[in-house]
Amino acid sequence: MPTSEELKQRIEASIPQARAEVQDLTGGGDHFQVTVTAPGFAGLSRIEQHRLVYAVFGPEVGGPIHALSIKTQTQ
Amino acid sequence: MSHEPEDVSAAQDPVREAIARAIADNRVILFMKGTPDQPACGFSARTVAALQTLEAPFAAVDVLPDPRIRQHLTAISNWPTIPQLFVDGELVGGCDIVSELYESGELAGALGVPEPEDAPEAAPGAPAPDRAPLSIENRLS
Repeated sequence: MPTSEELKQRIEASIPQARAEVQDLTGGGDHFQVTVTAPGFAGLSRIEQHRLVYAVFGPEVGGPIHALSIKTQTQ
Repeated sequence: MSHEPEDVSAAQDPVREAIARAIADNRVILFMKGTPDQPACGFSARTVAALQTLEAPFAAVDVLPDPRIRQHLTAISNWPTIPQLFVDGELVGGCDIVSELYESGELAGALGVPEPEDAPEAAPGAPAPDRAPLSIENRLS
């Protein structure tokens, strides 16, 4: 069961200079809300930004991570 | 053993075909869990509510009846979650992006409907009652 802290560390390790805030929405370790700030998002569409975040978790999204609500920003 | 020279990457899979055609044929189409009247997931419900608040006509496909719909859709769109909103054949986003666009006022423009200035008292979450969205039957199963 993934934890908020684990998600945060994985995002920050995968996306250069990223800062992530992660909330476990239900406390059940399967519905998370993340806010990711990364300079590399600049110039990308929202879709592309969110894809970078989804890519950190691959097939876990929709599996053990049932829901991942994403907000992205460049600073 | 016969050799298939064609690409086997599901290009001719009937489910995938039907999804691609539905996206091409409907200017605004939402792939969701459940139906606009009975969404089966909060994220789908929020997305429907945003569209209905803007009185934007949209086609909808329920992905739940057949797991292949979701598999092929995700492969086509390179997007792992449901709902997924397409406009003019392009993925606009899922619940988060649609909600952000709604809140920033950009969604109406993206959908090609008038900005709701003079209008709906209905907050998102309270679907407009008397306007049934254009709903395509689930022809993907």
